[in-house]
Amino acid sequence: MSVPFYVPPEQLTKEKAEFARKGIARGRPLIVLEYTGGILFVAENPSTHLHKVAELYDRIAFCAVGRFSEFENLRQAGVRLADIRGYAYGREDVTSRSIANAYSQTLGQIFVQEFKPYEVELCVAEVGVDGAPNAMYHVVFDGNVFDRKGFLAMGGQSDELNAELQRAYDENLELDAALQLAMRVLPRVAPAGETGNSRLEVAVLERDRPRRSFRRLSQEDVESRAGEPAT
Amino acid sequence: MRNPFEGPKLFSPSFVDALRAYAPELLELRTAGGTVPEVPHGTTVAALRFADGVAMGGDRRATEGMNIAQRDIEKVFPADDFSAVAIAGAAGPAIEMVRLFQTELEHYEKIEGSPLSLEGKANKLGQMVRGNLPLAMQGLVVVPLFCGYDTRRQAGRIFRYDVTGGRWEDADFHATGSGGKDARGSLKKRWRGGMDGSSAVEVLVEALYDAADEDAATGGPDLVRGIFPVVATVTAEGYRRVPDDDLRKAAERLVAARAQGEG
Repeated sequence: MSVPFYVPPEQLTKEKAEFARKGIARGRPLIVLEYTGGILFVAENPSTHLHKVAELYDRIAFCAVGRFSEFENLRQAGVRLADIRGYAYGREDVTSRSIANAYSQTLGQIFVQEFKPYEVELCVAEVGVDGAPNAMYHVVFDGNVFDRKGFLAMGGQSDELNAELQRAYDENLELDAALQLAMRVLPRVAPAGETGNSRLEVAVLERDRPRRSFRRLSQEDVESRAGEPAT
Repeated sequence: MRNPFEGPKLFSPSFVDALRAYAPELLELRTAGGTVPEVPHGTTVAALRFADGVAMGGDRRATEGMNIAQRDIEKVFPADDFSAVAIAGAAGPAIEMVRLFQTELEHYEKIEGSPLSLEGKANKLGQMVRGNLPLAMQGLVVVPLFCGYDTRRQAGRIFRYDVTGGRWEDADFHATGSGGKDARGSLKKRWRGGMDGSSAVEVLVEALYDAADEDAATGGPDLVRGIFPVVATVTAEGYRRVPDDDLRKAAERLVAARAQGEG
């Protein structure tokens, strides 16, 4: 039996993190924005069927960037967790916090134990009702969770996007204005060699929608709200 | 309950399969010997097709042997945005079956990104009824009625079941439960092809009235307490519960007509 070389944990962690970061930065970006009536998701996504944004439960949505096969797996497990909880207890007992915690545990474990970490970053967002604030849990490849407020950009040149959003974001944005902001910011930081004119996947968690608050916006709806063609 | 993130890996979009893999205790059907004591039973439910879709209704009575167990039980539920399910039989297992069915449809839609076909929904419900067979053998029979708007065919469709999970489609109308036969008799005389939504609701209210007239376990409209049948329609616009106010008017018209000796 061969004895594996000793690699110090600091180096291993650093290299794994480097690898995951690079993989995530290669993908197209996604923006989550709180607006007055709920939470908006805008993702650059050339595919009409392979979604990056999806419904988890009544008031909770999932969005992710990175490797599709990896986050799709995580999305489905999240739907199962939410539906089993809601069926075993009650619909109100399904919370974004417990789902985000499950994602964090899973990604953390994979990062430490597996040879290749997951190249994904995801966000579990919950629209608040009856005066409760929204929740946005940003879970990264090593299982770290960040509680975000207002806006969040992931994937691609997310640092630049977040800096742009920091400058332009205002918490009193209506849906149309929030959508216009996301559409203005996204193409500015297109990956090198791309024009930034990819198809947009747009969805919302609407506070006033009864029960299942998740809704996708059609291409026509996006265009009319943005006042320009959403190519 | 096991953690779905830790496996076993599941490729099925079915919620029942997810429960079987991660929380089988929630599906367990324990049967014991002996006879089951009296439990509440739901009685009459009916559905019919009209020009824009389907209408479905149920009376409000639950009985426990010779007693009235509940006066305002609901037996008609939205299964999802484009379908409805009504139940007759042992109320406890029936309502649990509806909850499982609703979650099943929503779960499939979320995992797959698109809803099941109406045919697929009807078959899934049949499997659930079949799963209840051990309880049915002990007397806890559940017989649902399912209807929905088929967005591909652009028409309303009605499905009935038997206790083994057998599934049949009804072209025009159907009613089941203890007063089902009487409601069917009424529907047979009053149903017309291509009738509009408001006549469909009236015909349904009348069928339930006739069932209550003949069957002791079916409750009629209760004008004293203000309890009326639950009626819902499913059309291209989706599931819609008919407001109590409309049902009150329909019931009052019907009672007045009967008092005049009409119908």
